[in-house]
Amino acid sequence: MRIGVITFPGTLDDRDAARAVTHGGAEAVALWHADADLKGVDAVILPGGFSYGDYLRCGAISRFAPVMNLVIEAAEKGMPVLGICNGFQVLCESHLLPGALTRNSDLHFLCRDQEIEIISNTTAWTTSFNVGDKITIPLKNGEGSFQCDDKTLAQLEDEGRVIARYVGANPNGSRNLIAGISNVRGNVVGLMPHPEHAIDPLTGPSAQGLGFFTSILNAMVK
Amino acid sequence: MNLDTVSIAKITPENKQPFAELGLKPDEYARIKEILGRRPTSSELAMYSVMWSEHCSYKSSKVHLKQFGEKAPHSDALLVGIGENAGVVDVGQGYAVTFKIESHNHPSFVEPYQGAATGVGGIVRDILTMGARPIAVMDPLRFGPADAPDTRRVLPGIVAGVGGYGNCLGLPNIGGEVVFDETYAGNPLVNALCVGVMKHSDIKLAKAAGAGNLVVLFGAKTGGDGIGGVSVLASETFGGGGSAKRPSVQVGDPFVEKILIECSLEIFAEDLVVGIQDLGGAGLSCATSELASGGSGGMKVALDKVPLRDPSLSPEEILMSESQERMCAIVEPDKLARFLEICKKWDVTVTAIGEVTDGDSLEITWNGEVIVDVPPRTVAHEGPVYNRPFTQPAYIDIVNSQKVNVTIPSTPDEIKAAVLKLASAPNLADKSWVTSQYDKYVQGNTIQSQPDDSGMVRIDEKTHLGVAISTDANANWSYLNPYQGAKLALAEAARNIATAGARPLAVTNCLNFGSPEDPGVMWQFAETVRGLADGCLEMGLPVTGGNVSFYNQTGSVAILPTPVIGVLGVIQDVRTRTPMSFDRSGLDLYLLGDTFADLAGSEWAFLHGERIGQAPTADLAREMRLIELLLAGHSAQLFSAAHDLSQGGLSAGLTEMVLRHSIGATVFLNEVGIDLLSESPGRVVVAIEPDNYEDLTKLGLNHSITITKLGNTGGDSLVINGCVISLDELRIAHTSTFPRLFG
Amino acid sequence: MAIIVVDVMLKPEILDPQGNAVASALPRLGFSFAQSVRQGKRFEIVIEGDPTPAQLAEVEKAAEVLLSNPVIETYTVRVEK
Repeated sequence: MRIGVITFPGTLDDRDAARAVTHGGAEAVALWHADADLKGVDAVILPGGFSYGDYLRCGAISRFAPVMNLVIEAAEKGMPVLGICNGFQVLCESHLLPGALTRNSDLHFLCRDQEIEIISNTTAWTTSFNVGDKITIPLKNGEGSFQCDDKTLAQLEDEGRVIARYVGANPNGSRNLIAGISNVRGNVVGLMPHPEHAIDPLTGPSAQGLGFFTSILNAMVK
Repeated sequence: MNLDTVSIAKITPENKQPFAELGLKPDEYARIKEILGRRPTSSELAMYSVMWSEHCSYKSSKVHLKQFGEKAPHSDALLVGIGENAGVVDVGQGYAVTFKIESHNHPSFVEPYQGAATGVGGIVRDILTMGARPIAVMDPLRFGPADAPDTRRVLPGIVAGVGGYGNCLGLPNIGGEVVFDETYAGNPLVNALCVGVMKHSDIKLAKAAGAGNLVVLFGAKTGGDGIGGVSVLASETFGGGGSAKRPSVQVGDPFVEKILIECSLEIFAEDLVVGIQDLGGAGLSCATSELASGGSGGMKVALDKVPLRDPSLSPEEILMSESQERMCAIVEPDKLARFLEICKKWDVTVTAIGEVTDGDSLEITWNGEVIVDVPPRTVAHEGPVYNRPFTQPAYIDIVNSQKVNVTIPSTPDEIKAAVLKLASAPNLADKSWVTSQYDKYVQGNTIQSQPDDSGMVRIDEKTHLGVAISTDANANWSYLNPYQGAKLALAEAARNIATAGARPLAVTNCLNFGSPEDPGVMWQFAETVRGLADGCLEMGLPVTGGNVSFYNQTGSVAILPTPVIGVLGVIQDVRTRTPMSFDRSGLDLYLLGDTFADLAGSEWAFLHGERIGQAPTADLAREMRLIELLLAGHSAQLFSAAHDLSQGGLSAGLTEMVLRHSIGATVFLNEVGIDLLSESPGRVVVAIEPDNYEDLTKLGLNHSITITKLGNTGGDSLVINGCVISLDELRIAHTSTFPRLFG
Repeated sequence: MAIIVVDVMLKPEILDPQGNAVASALPRLGFSFAQSVRQGKRFEIVIEGDPTPAQLAEVEKAAEVLLSNPVIETYTVRVEK
């Protein structure tokens, strides 16, 4: 299985995402923002970082990259897409996911080992988990507060599209403690914390993030 | 426009020039005229004024710093020593690691966020310029009193700046320091360290070799940032008036630097540069004169080719500009096309602005007219060298003859109160408020970061080879005895490396002092350098480079002498590292090393307003034996945990250990008060499986290090001689301080 | 030459921590006039001559698609001379 990892100017966690993909058992394929070429991958990851320096708004410029046209097209046809942190922001700006990520409510960048609860295990990226699983993976961002209008919020909750919630105190002001959501079909997932940094207790708080990268293999086997 | 050219200068020797406003002394101005055989043009004057400033020329420190070379211990590991942008050390398996620490103190007082941000940016470029991929940063920070209003202005901005820039570059922050003392009010210290890794063959040097090779400027466009920043800020102190000399601070863009890093690394990978220099203090003046000095000898630059953000800049301003995120490379003509291609891929502005020449002159033109024609070495390396007078200041004999007189706790209530007081002291309290603003995970190789004794990163994912770095300083000890203070700080940093199981290899340093024009301060500096050089020789650790920051004072009051020592070490397999604390009960706790009544310069004395007495005498032979013991114990995987003792003594050490994984401990101390509060150097607390006791004893004997049983781990309290302090209460004391102070 | 100004503000229901921080800081400096503060962005777009209706329509489109995020922000467009 081949999973593309996109690098925009300013992307930081691409190599970490690629490492996680490899750990999970798939082949990581490097994709360049300026190439309108998905290289025939089976799924795409938009990694974390500060693409375009977060100029204008986080992800606002990346969303117009040539590669994103193909990603949007492929996602609409069912290709699994995972946006992590900045990647989640790009997905929201692209309208592949609803809502938006805004400044952390206390205005500080926050890096902490964050416990989250998996709420849905029917998306392409969460099938390795059980509903209710609590995992600890790093949260590290300055603009992680998930916002949307009441209608969208109700929709996300009613349709089971909240895929992960923060456990404990709200780290950034996200509505309903939302840490991750999916689209209606469940192939596009946005997640604020970083599972790629929790694949080995040697370098992270746990290896519990690996589930996101093994789930995708299940999705393809099906 | 009235362009001041060389031809005009030749025929107008009587022109009055504002050399004093630019920071040059009359004798320095006279010397420039002597070198050139005429008056300098205004552009040349600008170049000499920035390059001969204290910050760039090290004029007051050179005569002392040469001891690092003269007393350098032999080291097979040193690949690049002092003199280049950063030192480079061989860490095995074909890898070379480069590291350096620098200061950005004055700008951070003026504009905390940007001062700190550009400080990080600058040191990262120094590492990049050596040919390495930067892999981590550390930030030793020092502020005025924790509850002072100005600290509340300065600290959050500096922390946000360090985080804002470092996080955006994708560099994990693997450690640092936060220290509060009234001495730094008005003069916060922002020291930034960066470490990078490369293969031996990747090492790049700052030399312009090969006549006909091109001088290529790439990175950000040039604007009016920090014009005069270097010479104005670092060569004069902050007077009471302040606003008259309002310096323009550099503003950084970490996104541009991130792109620059990726672009440069691709350029290096294809071997497209002959030499490279980053543009830091003194901008183009520095880069051109240093590159020319390091190479064949000459260079020709067309200044009008420099891409500008601000078209109104004069040539003098362009030469002095400290716009960030710029590099200067020497490129062979047939490699230029590929160089430009890579820059285009990353959308990096790039322009060939000149070429290397034979001969010995740096010639800069503006629209064809020669405005600079100087021998580059006189600008970059042959600046003034001062032998500033130094005399032991009067306070030394006074304080050294006094004895610390503070209450020593003995009853359980007193013990508990003392432990909680230290746990909540701003210098010892939990620093998560600061460190949670830093990304410690990016790049996925961080093994240790705050609050561990040292930062550690893995540099090879297959072999698990890693490096560890620690920065340490004790301004109290340096104040009481600068010579010993330097040695003690060196020993502590090396010990911090060894507790994790890494072998110390090399040293960097950031020497923060008051005005060198004050003979007492100069004495502190001279003694510090002498101590550090002697210490490095004895410990076999070469100084690879470093930084001097003078003029950290307000009016006539200098800061405490604050030499920050950074030590880098190697560990063969990061998976084997000894963690700082224990995660289970039933382990035995031992103290390695001897405890004396060393309260002079301690945190306990500081909290009681006393900064007197005699600093401990460093016993580096014993420190080295302790290090060997720690490494031998690590090899035998003897230690379940090992934690260095420093500020706050055993009280702080135990507090940090029990709170790390919320496992308590029960200890018995013979002289409970002194044992808890003393800051005798050369001590480490280790936790071992009880079965390993004999092996530990053997190690102690073999290395002549005293081993003393403290107690064991377990429970939900820290129990000291029967005095029970619950972990909950200890945690509240330890973690409430920073949120209370800074929100 | 004309300047078209696009002002972008967060929608009223969206938390504005930066605006709040400013509002808290004002009284600390002795300024007591503010009931509340909201922080936004201002874009100044320089064009040659006077703007045509077609150009203004384009600016509106750019504001909708790039300069603002309609999920959380609103914008206004006006011409300044």
